[in-house]
Amino acid sequence: MRSVIDIKDLSKEEIAELVSISEDIISNPQKYAHKCDGKKLATLFFEPSTRTRLSFEAAMYELGGNVLSMSDSASSSASKGESVADTAKVISCYADIIAMRHPKEGAPMVASMNSTVPVINAGDGGHNHPTQTLTDLLTIHREKGRFDNLTVGLCGDLKFGRTVHSLISALTRYEGIKFVLISPEELKVPSYVKNTIKENGLEYKQTTDLMSVLPELDILYMTRVQRERFFNEEDYLRLKDSYVLTPEKLESAKIDLSIMHPLPRVNEISVAVDNDPRACYFRQALNGKYIRMALILKLLEVE
Amino acid sequence: MNIDSIKNGIVIDHIEAGKGMEIYNLLKLDTLGCSVAIIKNASSNKMGKKDIIKVDAKIDLDMDILGFVSPSATVDIIRDGVLIEKKKITLPEKLVNVIYCKNPRCISSTEQELPHIFNLTNKESREYRCIYCETKGE
Repeated sequence: MRSVIDIKDLSKEEIAELVSISEDIISNPQKYAHKCDGKKLATLFFEPSTRTRLSFEAAMYELGGNVLSMSDSASSSASKGESVADTAKVISCYADIIAMRHPKEGAPMVASMNSTVPVINAGDGGHNHPTQTLTDLLTIHREKGRFDNLTVGLCGDLKFGRTVHSLISALTRYEGIKFVLISPEELKVPSYVKNTIKENGLEYKQTTDLMSVLPELDILYMTRVQRERFFNEEDYLRLKDSYVLTPEKLESAKIDLSIMHPLPRVNEISVAVDNDPRACYFRQALNGKYIRMALILKLLEVE
Repeated sequence: MNIDSIKNGIVIDHIEAGKGMEIYNLLKLDTLGCSVAIIKNASSNKMGKKDIIKVDAKIDLDMDILGFVSPSATVDIIRDGVLIEKKKITLPEKLVNVIYCKNPRCISSTEQELPHIFNLTNKESREYRCIYCETKGE
């Protein structure tokens, strides 16, 4: 029995296996329609999330399994003061696998230490969100056909964005990745993340100007610049529009650029970009379901 | 300064100067009924200055605490006035309830029963991180 709490819990080989299972699911959905007959997934969401929970639930239903759902912590045992450890012990009596989101960092790890069934971290505060990273990796693979020798631009809030840190950490395992880190001075990537890039012998460059680097990118991973991250309103107003992607800005980009976004988007990608074939953020959301199907199969050891 | 040599007990030597009291507190030596001596800023050829703790009783020491606070320390075991063993301390790989996570968003801040566990993540900089939230230990 094993759990996935951090993307680093999965080896490069296991990620390749999950990607390959996902590709097979996409090609042959019928083959997988009854793989999890009689199995139950418990989705324990101690903080609101629509897309991640629905993605997990859709994944389990498409494998023929069932879902036990707890999405409102106010009406759950947590509101009575039950510990995460006890909740995990009890829920593992009822379900075959657990997906947990919790506002406290490390809560899914505590659950996995006390559960008798696999636990998947579906997001623990601002800490880890491994299935988002797997979704991003599957998207890169489906769009580019490879993980190596890519110039990956990450744009927006690179300081607090957990998806960005986790994706960088996952991509440092591959050869020839060049990172282009595009953010306002106030929201630069923390130094420990840059150290991870350096330790793996990979290149990176930092800039505040998206337009100057756009032509060299194979992938552009957009994130939202949030108003509350700024010390003053002036800085926010000065910077917010510099990272809004529009069809005009994209004229200088490569013809096979892949534009990704973990969603939800607010205004950082203009709706007019949605029709551009290079925009793959909605395909990315769909990939999230497939990679979660693959992960459930792997953790349940279903052949 | 004269401190009686001990017959049966422990000498924690080569403690980084200034760390003696911290070790005394973390090892809860104040709860012992026997004689305990803390020598601060003793001169040392190797270290310049060092702290020494002498405990006049056979007790079990938490080597992880010693290793975390002062990996330079050595532990001499004295029996019948004779040094029978000299233990070297190493930096522990894991600390359980030695230091506490200060991240208010960490699950260990709300789950009362949860042990505070830190893993050694960088030997050179003696960096420990909380296993739950990866916050650096202080």
